[in-house]
Parts: sequence; structure tokens; C-alpha cells
Amino acid sequence: MTNTWQDIKNANLVIVMGGNAAEAHPCGFKWVIEAKIENGAKLVVVDPRFTRTASVADYYAPIRPGTDIAFLSGVIRYLLEQDAIQHQYVRAYTNASLVVKEGFAFENGLFSGYNEETHSYDRSSWDYELDEQGFAKSDDSWQHPRCVINLLRQHVSRYTPETVSRICGTPQDKFLHICGLIAATAAPDKAMTSLFALGWTQHSVGSQNIRTMAMIQLLLGNIGVAGGGMNALRGHSNIQGLTDVGLLSNLMPGYLNLPLDKETSLDEYMKTKQYKPLRPGQTSYWQNYRKFVVSLQKAIYGDAATQDNNWAYDWLPKLDVPMYDIIRAFEMMNNGQLTGYICQGFNPLQAFPDRGKIRRGLSKLKFLVTMDPLDTETSRFWQDFGPQNPARSAEIQTEVFQLPTTCFAEENGSLVNSARWLQWHWKAAEAPGEAMSDIWIMSGIFHRLRELYRKEGGAFPDPILNLTWKYTDPVEPDPEELAREMNGRALADLTDPATGAVLTKAGTLLDGFAQLRDDGTTASGCWIFSGSFTEKGNQMARRDATDPREQGIAPNWAWAWPANRRILYNRASADQDGKAWNPAKPIIEWNGSRWEGIDVPDYGPTVKPSDGVGPFIMNAEGMGRLFARDLMADGPFPEHYEPLESPVENVLHPKVRSNPVARVFASDRAAFGTPQHYPYVATTYRLTEHFHFWTKHALINAILQPEEFVEIGEVLAKEKGIEQGGWVKVSSKRGEVVCKAYVTKRIKPLLVDGKPTHVIGVPLHWGFTGQARKGYGANTLTPSVGDANTQTPEFKAFLVNVEKTGAPAA
Amino acid sequence: MALTRREFIKVTGLGLAASSLGMLGFGAAGVAQAAAVRPFKLTHATETRNTCTYCSVACGILIYSMGDRAKNARSNIIHIEGDPDHPVNRGTLCPKGTALLDVVHAPTRLKAPRYRPPGGTEFKEVSWDFALDRIAKLMKEDRDKHFIARNAAGTTVNRWTSTGMLAASASSNETAYLTWKVARSLGMVVFDNQARV
Repeated sequence: MTNTWQDIKNANLVIVMGGNAAEAHPCGFKWVIEAKIENGAKLVVVDPRFTRTASVADYYAPIRPGTDIAFLSGVIRYLLEQDAIQHQYVRAYTNASLVVKEGFAFENGLFSGYNEETHSYDRSSWDYELDEQGFAKSDDSWQHPRCVINLLRQHVSRYTPETVSRICGTPQDKFLHICGLIAATAAPDKAMTSLFALGWTQHSVGSQNIRTMAMIQLLLGNIGVAGGGMNALRGHSNIQGLTDVGLLSNLMPGYLNLPLDKETSLDEYMKTKQYKPLRPGQTSYWQNYRKFVVSLQKAIYGDAATQDNNWAYDWLPKLDVPMYDIIRAFEMMNNGQLTGYICQGFNPLQAFPDRGKIRRGLSKLKFLVTMDPLDTETSRFWQDFGPQNPARSAEIQTEVFQLPTTCFAEENGSLVNSARWLQWHWKAAEAPGEAMSDIWIMSGIFHRLRELYRKEGGAFPDPILNLTWKYTDPVEPDPEELAREMNGRALADLTDPATGAVLTKAGTLLDGFAQLRDDGTTASGCWIFSGSFTEKGNQMARRDATDPREQGIAPNWAWAWPANRRILYNRASADQDGKAWNPAKPIIEWNGSRWEGIDVPDYGPTVKPSDGVGPFIMNAEGMGRLFARDLMADGPFPEHYEPLESPVENVLHPKVRSNPVARVFASDRAAFGTPQHYPYVATTYRLTEHFHFWTKHALINAILQPEEFVEIGEVLAKEKGIEQGGWVKVSSKRGEVVCKAYVTKRIKPLLVDGKPTHVIGVPLHWGFTGQARKGYGANTLTPSVGDANTQTPEFKAFLVNVEKTGAPAA
Repeated sequence: MALTRREFIKVTGLGLAASSLGMLGFGAAGVAQAAAVRPFKLTHATETRNTCTYCSVACGILIYSMGDRAKNARSNIIHIEGDPDHPVNRGTLCPKGTALLDVVHAPTRLKAPRYRPPGGTEFKEVSWDFALDRIAKLMKEDRDKHFIARNAAGTTVNRWTSTGMLAASASSNETAYLTWKVARSLGMVVFDNQARV
């Protein structure tokens, strides 16, 4: 989230698309109701199902799963055609005026630079035209045919209301009504907030779904302001934190990239990370990248990371592919390329697409380790549970270790919520039996490995032997010590380069990342968390809920990254002179000598408005990007591509039907079905009574929603003779689920390109362990393909067939 | 009256003069209830602040446990409710959060390490030492066999691609950081989390 949960109350319009906050995030959704009651806000919901969020909406429109980009590109076209954009904001704060290189083109569904063999783009033409000093050229008159706003206008011109309706199945009048509501927030003092979740990410075009809305928000001047922003409602309690700390295949803590093979030295690695400003006088904060990397290496390897060994750069593993994501991991497993797999609090047999493939992959491992408080399906993949998990145990040679861990109530530590708040929590009781913390288990494995390498030697032991482990209790390090290590400290006296005066004494915990250096005199395990645990104590444990101006900030409650900033890009909440666009809800304003307000400025605190420094300080041009340059795998502008399994052709460019840079493994492609055999669109979702595959272990939740079902519209049910509560067989090319049908008015057939199209809802909570009844799991049906940028699996749009069937034998 | 929530419960529970209870807004029935129910449930319990383990709204919760945390006393969690001081959830919880107590005490909570040998048809309980010794041995065997120090071009790459790991999305940042250190120091690259699902 760019903003906070409570800040939603400041919105004039709330759009929920790609999510279902009322059911999936109920206690956050109350702030939408607050906006409606106290701020007169309107709620708009666009969803394939009439969800509980839709039931309290002021306006609802249906949409075919997987067509959000067409809908939102149509909105952009409407805004540009009606001139309903916030002109001053767009001109000053976005790259609308910048001129794109000659050679950039978009034709027949492909951007310039496409390579058919590698299914990837040479993105060199996706950039600005530079002047002699290396700055991007700009045309403030917007006359240049290649300035971003004109290229965008041209790109979205195809998304007329007729075309949007043809692709999405959304009736034109409903689409246009929503366009009108959105357009009204172009007024400088009006804001729309976008709330979304996995309904946007779990597509082969997931990143671009979100990007299209972000572009709308920039055009409307809704980024950085109270009641605005792009608000990803994240799923798990600390998925934000795990991502922040870099537990992704291609990342290091604080969104630093893991090096690639071609980056043979630290200097080579840094070459693509200099982030020289692209416009005069811009901040381009990533210029400090080297400080973050060197400080990380000092935290990880301590004295062993020296200038002479390039801060132990060679000890970092290098990537030969963009990422070893989970879809790739299971492909490797199925190909016999993985020996061992460790699942820490993760249940891939339930969570990852094409369950059959997951089960076959696990069967090929030499060993599997699970660490979990609960008895997960993954840890029992080798055991026969009937049709829900058929297995021939004797033939499966995998050694399995099921390790019991503590749960949330039995540990101290911090979690990062959707709004980037780091909140500390405390242990209430010991874990049952012999269950131990993940910290104890990881330490135990590490110490044994280190001891073996000390004694026996082996492959490249240096990073293992030199990993810092200076904890008071090395067997189970105290979370507070780990938190301090992430915050960072001075390793030597830090002096003012001008005067030589000591600014920070050696050994002192740092106040923030501004103190980090690239000469080895500072250490910080996660630069964006710097400031969370200072000499003043654990900032994450703060509990002062005071809210200046009652505007939903609560700056002294816990701590938010970065720098305790609650609303990202908040400089953009004020105009070029530093006055709030919305005088009723200012965040920060220029008082003549500095920026002041209710939040930490996302900007130099004393940078004068007249200096012309852009509000998007992390971007090299200082501006919000309507044109993404070369940063997205599938194009600098979003484009509608059909899901990999789709009932229709791509009406915009039949030859390029789906995302041309989606990575599809051959065996997965062979498992895609066609509409001839699987005529219905399916989409997965979550129920308000359940959380993923955990709550079926909790008695109350297992009673509330005890068994697997699918949701089928009345028209289709009638056509197929399916009764309310009757048994059905739902199948995709990958597998079948036998469960009960919930016949509903909440899903109605959509008219897509002239043909009625049925959508089936598949909730995903059941498996074969826990207290609920046994289920097959929605991932039995889903295809193994991910978003072209992130490899997030396409769970939200795929093809199935459904047939009436008899009750299974008891 | 400046009272914390816990003091408030204690004060009312310990049965102050009826007049001061009346001042707090209790009717006669409320007084009786406060005296009988609330003290029973909460006054002798230890209150611990925590965060709901499910979605990322991160509702504040109060966990009540029996036991005073003396060295030889084992705490038992008896009640979990929303934290009324929390600026986001303000005391409320959803159908998942309301039932947190049931997941803490789920019959399928794991209590001992278990092991299943190749071809085995059931789990058997093993000691932590057995499990961790064996895991470390298997990891080292594989790492020593398949570690890639240099790629085909002779460039130093120091990666281990044949053992992978998935990290927990409900674990703390501190667990995450320690896990990152261990995994990356081994050169592990097949390493991901739940951000995508």
C-alpha cells in the first residue's frame, strides 16, 4: 500500500477491482464504510462475481476474468478524450512530456524489439531520447508526436467502449458510468483509492494489470494524496516483510538485486545501478545503492567483507536465469534436477498450480523437509488419502522430515502489514510438545553444516565459515538482536567529511539509512528497516495511537518503512508551490523554509519547491512513469493479452493472443486445454470464513465452511441439469474435482464478443488434513504458468468443464 | 479516571463500592456480571499483545493466558480478542481472527519431529538431533556434489541449484533475515516465498 488502512476514509471514490476486501480483509474494509458514511464516498466494484464487497457498493459491474487491462485502458482512453486529467499534476509530476526514442513502436500486438525464438524483447528502444548532457528531452507543449502523452493517447485509442465491452463482457453503459465516476476524481481536491489483491496479480499479465491502474491514478493526480494511492491488500501476515527482507529468488534485503552471472565484479554489478538523474537536479535516490550493498555485506560477513575482497561480492550466489521461482523449481523437480526441498511454513501441494505436477515433483526428491505448526498436506504427499491424494507410498523414495514449529502466539518478533508498518508482537505461551521456533531450527541446521564444513571441508566453505553469528545465544538468537542487525550500526566513528567532527560513534545503532556509507564503516542487514530499532529503543513496539488531524496516519504507532513514512510520494500531495492540492486534507506543505505536516516528507526536508525536484525521488527522472521505459518484461505500456487458457481469440491482434513473453515450459503448454473441451472460464477465490489452508485445522472455521464446493450461475446450472447442493465433476486438462455445486445468482453469463460466456467460481480452502472434510483442492485444476514479470501463477482465469455427477461412494 | 484496560478490568472485577462502579456506567446486572464473569476470565490471566497471523491488515490482538510466566510454570492460552487500542482494527476481528484460539490449540498442531524413510508407509517420531543431523548431512552431500563454483564460461558464480527452499510468509522479519543469511551463505538460489500465492 502507498497509503494506510485508515487513510481509505479520506477517499471520495473507492474502486475495488482485483480483490474482495469485504470478505478477504474485513477489518480493513471497515475504512471503506467509514469513507462512505463520513466522507460521502462512492464505492465501485468490478468483479466477475457479485461479492460481498459488491453487495455494499454504490455501483457494480461484471467483468470476464483476465480482461482488466482492456477495461482500464478503456478508462485511460476516456480520461484523455474527455480531458478529465489533473493537468498541472500530469505536466509537473509525470513523464507525460518526455520524448521517447525513435525506433519505439507497437504493431499487431508486439512492441519493438521482439525475438520470436527467445519469447523476449530487446528493450533498448523503450527509452527516452537524450540530449547532449544525457538528460531526457522534454516537450512541455505536448506537440511532439513521440512525447509520452501522445504515444499513450495513440496506444489506448483502440480501447473504445465497444471494444472494451466485446473483450470484457461488461455492458457499455456500466463501463461508461464507472468512467464518469473515476473522471470526477481528476479535480485537484478529489481522490480515488484503488484497493486490489490477488485478483490482479494472479494473471499472466498481473504486473501490467496493476500498472494500468497506477497510470490512471497518475493521470488523475491521485498518487501521494490523502485518500488516494495504489493499495495492494496483501494476503499473509508477513508476506510484505518476507519480500522486504529479500526472500525471493532474485532479491537481497531491501529490494537490492541478487547479482547475475554477467556481473562478474561489484563494479560491474554497480554499472547498471548508478541511476544517474535523467532530468537536471533530480534526487534519484537509488544513487546510494552501493552504500546499501556494502552495508548489507558488512552485516552478513562482518570483518570478512573487506575492500580487498570487494566486500565479499564473490560469496553472493549469481543467477544464470532471471529467477528460480516456484514454477521453475517444480519443473526442475519433475525433471529430476532437485535433490532436496525445504518448505518453511509453506504448503506447495495446496498452494501451487497443477497439483498433479507438484505431487509428481515431490515424489522425485531425495529429501523433503517441512517446518510448520500444522500437519500440512505437503508433508504427507506420499501417503494415500484416496482420490484427494492418491499415492503408492512404497514406490516413493523421498525421505520426509516433518518438523514442528511455534506459531505466532509463541514467539517475539515483527511483522510488516500491508501499509508497511513493522509491528512488534510478544510471546504468550510455550509451543506444544517439542515444537521449536524457526530461528532455533534454522540455527540448528546451520551449525551442523558449519561444523561439517569445518571438519571435513567441502564445496566452497568460505561464506559458511565466515557468516556473522555474534549472538548472545547462538543456538536461538534473540529476535531483538536480529532486529538490531537489520537496523544497522556504525562500525567506526562516522565523521563529517567537511569538518572531521564525529557524527555517530562507533557501535551506535543508526537512526536511519541516510547514515549508511559504502566504505565499510556501517553495517545494515536491511537498509529500508534502518530506523526501526535505534538507540531510542524498539520503534516497532511503539503504541501511541495519536492521530494528528485525525487523518489516518498514527505516526507514533509502531514504525513504517521507509523512515517511518506513512504515505509514499507524499510530496505529490502538494502543488508546485508546496500548497496542498486538497486544503482540507494536507499531508505535508512548504512553510517557507521546510516541509511540514503530519507525515515524514518523501522528499528532502528543506528542498525548496522552486528547485524543481520531482516528487518521485526513487525514479531517475523524478517523475511518475506513464511510460515504463525498459522496466517491464512485456512492454512500456500495458496491452490486453488473453489468459493462456481463454475461451476467445484476441480481438485486438489474433496472431498475438496471449502474453508474448510469458514463460511456458513445454510440459505445461501440453497441459493447456482448449475451449472445445473446456468451455467455461474458472476463477479461484477465498471465503471470508477461511484463510488459505490453515483454518480448516481450526474447529470453528471447519464448522462454518466444512466442505469443498464450486459456485455456478443459475443459467449454466439449468443448462447442465445441476441442482443446488448437487454433486458435480469439474475438470481441466490437468485434473478433476468432485464436489458440491452452489448454484448462485452472484455469477451471470457475460456476452463476450457476441457469445454468452459462463464463469465458475472455485474456492480453494480444502485439502486432506485438518478438521474440515477432505477436498481435492482448487490447484488440481489450475494451469502452471506465471506472470511474465513475477511468475505469479495464473489462478484467476483458466478453462474447465463441469458435469453433473452422482455422490461419491462413502 | 486514567486507567489502562487491564487496570480497569481489575478494578471492576475486584468489586469496588457499587457507587464507583455505577460511575463507570454499569447497571446492577452489569455489576453482577462484571464481578462474576470478567474476573474469572481475565483478571488472573496474563495479557500479551500480538498480531493476527492471517491477512495483512495485521489486526492487533490481546492474548490471555493462564500462568504467571514463572520459570517452572507453563502458560496456557485461554482467550484471544481484538485489541481495542489498535488504530486499524479497533478491537474488531473477522471470522478468521475470532477463531484464532482454535488454530493455536488445533488437534493437528505438531508436537514432535517425525520422519518417513524412503518407501515408508507411516511417520515415526524421532529426536531433534536425529532429524537435524540427517538433514545437514543430506544437504552437505548434495551441495558438495552439485555446487557450481564457476559457469561454463569460467566466471565465478558460486550457486547451489539442486536443493531449494520456500520461506514462510507468516514468520517474523527476524526469522526471515536469519533464514536469508543461512540460505544465501550456502549459495542457494532456488529460494522463494509466498508473495505469489
